[in-house]
Amino acid sequence: MDKVKVIEIKKSVFEDNDREADQLRSELKGRGVFLLNLMSSPGSGKTTTLISLINKLKEHIKIAVMEADIDSDVDAVKIKEATGIESIQLHTGGMCHLDAGMTRQGLENLSPEGYDLVILENVGNLVCPAEFDTGACANAMILSVPEGDDKPLKYPLMFSVCDIVIINKIDVQPYFTFDLERCEQNVYMRNPKAKIFPICALNGDGVDALAEAILQRVKLWQSK
Amino acid sequence: MHELGIVFYIIRDVKQVAQENSVTKVSKVVMNIGEVSTVVPEYLTDCWRWAADKEEILKGCTLECQSIKAVSYCEDCHAEYETIIHGKKCPCCGSDNTYLLRGNEVEIKEIEIKEE
Repeated sequence: MDKVKVIEIKKSVFEDNDREADQLRSELKGRGVFLLNLMSSPGSGKTTTLISLINKLKEHIKIAVMEADIDSDVDAVKIKEATGIESIQLHTGGMCHLDAGMTRQGLENLSPEGYDLVILENVGNLVCPAEFDTGACANAMILSVPEGDDKPLKYPLMFSVCDIVIINKIDVQPYFTFDLERCEQNVYMRNPKAKIFPICALNGDGVDALAEAILQRVKLWQSK
Repeated sequence: MHELGIVFYIIRDVKQVAQENSVTKVSKVVMNIGEVSTVVPEYLTDCWRWAADKEEILKGCTLECQSIKAVSYCEDCHAEYETIIHGKKCPCCGSDNTYLLRGNEVEIKEIEIKEE
């Protein structure tokens, strides 16, 4: 029988990515750029929320958006048309998430102006993007009313890595069995530190409070 | 769904270790997969077969997944309990002030090389 030689490795698969992400974060800190990683399921209203949010923030700070999708550039075009800010499309080449290396490449493709806030719209998916640290300074996710108030129970990791949880489409709540209070409890169970913002991206309800919270985080990031 | 992405990370790391040790053929890769890592071992081995066979050094190489039980720790009563059964709430005192001790590993434990 053949002899077998064993080489012990004991290395986390995410170790290199985590290191790259930390490196990217400290570079962004040095440049005063706040990178927000926005995640959600497909169809939760990410792009509409972004447009509404950017139109509130763009007078105060300089913003750019990186749209990540498996294919197409419809989102990047839509954002640019609706807000006038720089918006680029990243293709993940079939992958279900972005990692720190891909995020860095995306940032290098933005024009070299001094941005205060870069928003990364991650691939619509509640599982994989939560696993991979992109190097962002904060993680936000959108949960929409039709998806149900039990989403935090089904996707624990996503909710535990998010600093900001946006509950979108709050205007259609009367037509669904969505209980806002129960949803908030489910979020806090996964992450007691999460900040929750109920909004309606289409009519603008609640977007002011969200914009203010993001603005504060950007200022804090730049001041420390 | 993210298993394929993870497989690419494993391949990259294994190839690097093989190169450092002047190994030209790896026969087995052993993974530690935590119960709450969100990685599905069956998907991982499926993706592995497809991707590993495209690499000369990993052709026919098997991937073995060893499961690691998820254990949480309660900061209030210092109990350790099984995360899969009780989740965030401590079964001893009912506190939510708990954290995961282990069970979210996705790590390459070791590789095996058949010696002629």
